[in-house]
Amino acid sequence: MTVEATVDGQLVQWRDSKRYLWIMGALIPLIPLSTWGLHALTGSSLAWWFGPFFLFVVVPLADMAAGLDRNNPPDELIEALEQDTYYRWITYLFIPLQIAGLIWAAYLLGGGSLPGIDGALSVVDKIGLATSVGIVAGIGINTAHELGHKKAEYERWFARAALAQTFYGHFYIEHNRGHHVRVATPIDPASSRLGETLWGFLPRTVWGSLTSAWGLEKKRFERQKKTHWTPKNDLLNAWAFSVVLWGGLMIAFGWQIFPYMVLQAAVGIWLLEAVNYLEHYGMKRQVLESGRPERVNPSHSWNSNNIGTNVLLYHLQRHSDHHANPTRRYQALRDFKDAPVLPTGYAGMIVLATFPPIWRKVMDPRVLSHYDGDVERANLQPRAAEKYRRRYGQVAA
Amino acid sequence: MSVFICPNCEYTYDEAAGHPREGWVGGTAFADIDPDWTCPDCGVREQVDFVPVEQFERNDQDGNIISAESRDKEGRP
Repeated sequence: MTVEATVDGQLVQWRDSKRYLWIMGALIPLIPLSTWGLHALTGSSLAWWFGPFFLFVVVPLADMAAGLDRNNPPDELIEALEQDTYYRWITYLFIPLQIAGLIWAAYLLGGGSLPGIDGALSVVDKIGLATSVGIVAGIGINTAHELGHKKAEYERWFARAALAQTFYGHFYIEHNRGHHVRVATPIDPASSRLGETLWGFLPRTVWGSLTSAWGLEKKRFERQKKTHWTPKNDLLNAWAFSVVLWGGLMIAFGWQIFPYMVLQAAVGIWLLEAVNYLEHYGMKRQVLESGRPERVNPSHSWNSNNIGTNVLLYHLQRHSDHHANPTRRYQALRDFKDAPVLPTGYAGMIVLATFPPIWRKVMDPRVLSHYDGDVERANLQPRAAEKYRRRYGQVAA
Repeated sequence: MSVFICPNCEYTYDEAAGHPREGWVGGTAFADIDPDWTCPDCGVREQVDFVPVEQFERNDQDGNIISAESRDKEGRP
């Protein structure tokens, strides 16, 4: 199907080669259900671990095999493409499937059984299933991310629903009003620094984002001269979704599922923050004479055109355009030719980030070359700064 | 009472209506809003970046990043 528009009497047409592939994103929430099918077919306990296997083995291999898609919609058609509601329905569909998958998994985690399963799951099987559910939870944060950026109020409520599973309702406040404002500056908790490991970044971003989100809402209510202890506080009403969802599941399937709920949320949060880690690693906006940081531009984000991860994450990897135009819908995001590019898709890069020495070997030279060898222009982790200056040297002014 | 527009996402601030959710009651002059107040929709433009709606021609979403510092006094890039 082609999108078309008439500009100055000229008909412009464009065919979205990924149009039907985008449905893949909405199939992610079926991962928990598929573990059951795999287990029934193979009888293997490994089936419960299908979620991480899919994301960290299947998707990176698919990225390598399927290659890149640099195709951009023409500027004249961006608006028409954004108005095609087909695309947004795919993101809406994700959420009921996500919640259904969680309920279904909670039944098994609470000791339930199904045809093809020999009695209740063992503790190890349950940990595997909860990890698989957590992969969906993390990708659910990405769906919430797409929806939370939109102007329609109901889409922002959908975002809260998608965040309920991970208890990460504050994300869409902090991300839109905190991270996007301060991205690629040393004060942004969600922008990783050169020399910072994923594991060191995790506590800084999780805690920093929470406190920042709370501060942003508090400030908003201070301007209204009202207390921020109200259901109108977007953090409190977003967390209320989690209280209802988690509470409901524990009433239905027993409090014993609680540790597994925590585990799946932790996996989801870890996944989201690992993506945060690689999106802006080492990037720094220079400070202007006025004291403000320069405007976010395409040079401040890491991108990838790998098809596999892109269709699963709604073009999140076209990250430079996303930061330039945060309200733009995923199908209309473009690849910027001069923007920094990762060696492979986000899924494969997460695997690398898990092993800091390998990550540094792959990424540090790329950050340095992005800044013409000048380590001082990068967002440098203070604790690692001396080591980096020794290793990469001072550049003559 | 005039209307100001975010040059990125085209959110408009109408002084007459204000934006009570953000803490700006109806009648709050745009000049009285904090300079570092960010656009409630896109978050990537601040009060100082907004332009009067009459001066607005098109958004800067084509990647031409227009910052307050690089605009002249008439608000043109």
